[in-house]
This record gives sequence, C-alpha cells and structure tokens, in this order.
Amino acid sequence: MSQALVTELMDRFEQVTSVSMGQDAVVIVPRDILLDVAGFLKEKNMDAPVACTVIDWLGKANARFEVVYQLRSTTQGYRLRMKTPLDSEDLVCPSLTEFWSGFNWQEREAYDMYGVVFEGHPDLRRILMYEEFSGHPLRKDYPKDKRQPLIRRKAVTNV
Amino acid sequence: MSERVVLGQKNPEDLEASNDLMTINMGPSHPAMHGTVRLVLQIEGERIVASDVQPGYLHRCFEKEAEYATYNQVFPYTDRLNYLSPMLNNVGFALAVETLLDITDDIPLRTQYIRVMVGEISRITDHLTCIGASAMELGGFTVFLYLIKVREWFYELLEELCGARLTYSYVRIGGVSHDLTENFTIRLKDILARTKNMLSETETMLTNNKIFRDRMENVAIVSKEDAIAWGFTGPCGRASGLDYDVRKDYPYLIYDRLAFDVPVGEHGDCYDRYLVRLEEIKQSMSMLDQCMEQIEPGPIVVDDLRVSMPAKKEVYNTIEGMIAHFKHVVDGVKVPAGETYGFTEGGNGELGFFIVSDGTGRPYKCHVRSPSFTTLQALPFMIKNALISDVIPTFGMINMIGGECDR
Repeated sequence: MSQALVTELMDRFEQVTSVSMGQDAVVIVPRDILLDVAGFLKEKNMDAPVACTVIDWLGKANARFEVVYQLRSTTQGYRLRMKTPLDSEDLVCPSLTEFWSGFNWQEREAYDMYGVVFEGHPDLRRILMYEEFSGHPLRKDYPKDKRQPLIRRKAVTNV
Repeated sequence: MSERVVLGQKNPEDLEASNDLMTINMGPSHPAMHGTVRLVLQIEGERIVASDVQPGYLHRCFEKEAEYATYNQVFPYTDRLNYLSPMLNNVGFALAVETLLDITDDIPLRTQYIRVMVGEISRITDHLTCIGASAMELGGFTVFLYLIKVREWFYELLEELCGARLTYSYVRIGGVSHDLTENFTIRLKDILARTKNMLSETETMLTNNKIFRDRMENVAIVSKEDAIAWGFTGPCGRASGLDYDVRKDYPYLIYDRLAFDVPVGEHGDCYDRYLVRLEEIKQSMSMLDQCMEQIEPGPIVVDDLRVSMPAKKEVYNTIEGMIAHFKHVVDGVKVPAGETYGFTEGGNGELGFFIVSDGTGRPYKCHVRSPSFTTLQALPFMIKNALISDVIPTFGMINMIGGECDR
C-alpha cells in the first residue's frame, strides 16, 4: 500500500533508495537531503510522527549509526520508515521537530541513549538518564553491567 | 489549549518575560503524580506560565536488557512496561517477533482468540484504573474503591489463568503458556455482569457530577491538528477527534471478526478523554462476549519445534524432544535477520516494538514506541496558562504509566 509513496519519493529524490524489509516500507535517506525529504513527505500527508530511534551497527556496517524515523499518514494509512546512516566521527543529524513536534522527546531520547546530536532541536538534553551521567548507555560498546550511581559518598578519611 | 481569563491577571506574553515568577516542584514523589514524574512549574499566582516535564525516574534499561535476553525471556520485561495492562504488552511483543519469523498466519485460531480476550481484559483493567485514580484525585474516593474492586475481579481471573496477579508473562512466541481454565468462560460471564452494574453506578456518580465536570470540562483542550502533530494515539487521540484505532485501521489477530465501535470525542478536553475510556470499556466487554461465543477448542501453540517448546512428555521420553527443549532454553528461538516495526493498540495508544534481528536467538535491538512517553511530551503545552489544579485531571487523563514511559 505504502509502495506508491515510496515510488513517488524515489522519483523525486534520486539519492533515496528503498530496502525490502518484509511488509514494511523502508527507505534510506542520506543526511544531506533529510530535511528536503521530510518537507516533501509532510506535504504528502505523512502527518503523524510515530517513533524515532537509532541503531548501533558496531563493526557490522560501514556507517556505525543509523537514525530511524517512523511516520504514518492519518488520511491515507501509509506507513514509512526512513533510515539515515551516520558516521561515528560525525554524529550530527538534522532534527525533524520543525515538521513533527512529536519527535521532540523521541530525539532527546535518541541523543541520551546513543549520543546523536540533532541539529536544530529546540531543547536537546538528556531525558531518561540524569545530567551527570557520562556515556550513552544503549551503544553496543557500553557494558551492560557498568554502574554509575549518583550518590555522593563521604571520603573514608572523614568518617 | 485552555485559555482561561482570570480577572486581574497579566497577559501570558508579559508574564513569560517577567522575572518574578515562582518556581515550584511537583513530584517526583507527589500524591497526584502517581507515575513518578517531576514537573517544574513556573507560576504566577495559580497560573502556570511555563513548565518542564522530567520523566526517567523509573528507567530500568528495558531496551538494554532485552538485547541480552532470548526472545522468550523478554516477556517478563514487557510485563513491567505498562503494568496496568501487561497482557497487551505481551501480545504486542509476540506479534512483532512472529512477523519477523513469518509465522503470523500459522498461529492457531484458538490462540488468537485467547490473546484477544486476555488483551481486552487488560484494556478494561487499564481504563478502570485510569478513571478510578483520576476520580479519586478529584475527590471521588468511592469511585476509586468501586473500580479497583472491579479490577481485582479481573486480576483474580487472570491469576487463575497464569498464576500471577500482575506480571503475567502469559504469552509465548507462537502461542500462550496455558490453555483457558475450565471455568474461565463461566467466571468471565459472571464478572462481566457484575462489572456492568458497577459501571452504571460509576456513571451515575461521575458523568453528571457537578464537581467532576467542572474540573474536567474545557480543561487541557487539544485540537485534532495538535493531537496529530504531537503523535497522540489511543484514547487521548480519539478524544481529540482523531479517528484512529489500530484494531480497526490495521486489524491484527481476529479483530476483523468482531463487531465494535471506536468512540471519538468532539472537544478534546479531559472530560472527552474520560468518556472515550468509559465507552471503550463497554466495547471491550462486548468484544469479550463475542469472543466467548466464537472461540472453539484447538491447539494453543503453533506446531513448529523451531518456535514452540516441545511437550513435556516428549522432553522426558525422546532424545529429539530433549534436544529441542535444551536448544530453546540455551539459544532461544532463532529469528531470521531483518527488522520490523510491529504495532498494536495498547491501553494508551499505539504500542510499537521496533525489533532488529541479526539471526541469533536474542534481539539485536528492541525499541519500544511507548504511547505514554509520546503523549506526555505534550503536557507542558496542555497545561500552559492553566491553573495548578488543572494539572491533576490533565495528568490523570493522559494516564502516564511510569514503567512504560521510562522503560
């Protein structure tokens, strides 16, 4: 069903490629044209933001991170997933909050968990972790059992 | 947006620029912030000029833990997402994994009916808690006690089914853990009849109650356009006039065999959110009635050793059965490499699981699109220029569940 939209998108933007993922419509959008593609999709009635997250392909792909946006059209029922590969050296992605305000917290979460900086986000702070937390816990090289308690203990000599 | 004119007050624009605003903390531990969330409010008198909502106090690393667990081991974690409707989380996760395994069409019919039934029971308990807790916060303690009593009947029924009162872990990939108990249908019918009485009492006490309506009506109005832009789904979205229900628009399981209506609100205020939830309880009860009529005996797990556990008789008596059991426990269900976004109608809206598999028995990535998280981000916008007392019904009707929001 959403295939019509994907074809239209690929006709309009040459650099957009589609991937086959079961029944889901998935397109890969390079970072440079992400804002243009977002504007185009917004005009095509892809009005509802669904989810935004990041995949960490540590050692499995050339571009380590992939930002994933999931969109839905309330009028046509289309669903589309956009994926934007990012290099770990340059973890900056344009924010889509100006098109869909519902991505506000989702992008903050992606920043918190993976360290992707969303350029143009109105309020990019950590959201689930505390401010003093160092590192990004959902990255594949962050050990699962690492602990960072937020407790100020007295030095042993003061006891 | 609720635009209240308060006599003797300054304009909102002037207020934002002024420096003499008072900052107060609401939560994370506050009797009315029942989901451990912190609100930092900038107030002028009783009016909220700006606010910052800070979730995260219940963050339990669901997504990180899921990457280290086999697919079936993730179910106990999903129980603790939205702990008012664990069955819906169970079902949502199972459906997403089954899509990756490409066995959606092989799931036995009886299993699908059971999943719908336990799911709808969970939806009822979810909405009951939401209405009950909100009523209590607005002074209607009786309603709270009534509805929690009803919820307990359903909890007891599910406890009989799977042994746990709250954290069910009932669904498995490819099926469910136990068949319905012998008396399940009889007991459910009895409970539904009693619930109907309790609901009509609740309606009498709330729907036209002056205090309740004054606190709920025209509070935190969200237009349809805003609701779409903020990513609202579920009861909050429908109250704003967004006619979207995953069960209707993208039918899964056997929802296309059931006749039910999707209630849609007109004003998008807190009162509409309450009415939508109330109607959804009734629709769920009618769905349960239909399921009980249509359900037929049959297997409860898919007949495929790669996915489902072998029967205990096989495990103890044959070498093949034992090896299959061992492989399931140690390696987990092998899911082909790929990714999917599986979505179902959760208690508070579209509950999505974005799962990436690398071909092993554990998810490479498991992201939850949690409806509470998405809806809660609109709270600063909803309570802007409202009174502090309006925060309580607004927050209550968003029905933010800490476990699901913070994951």
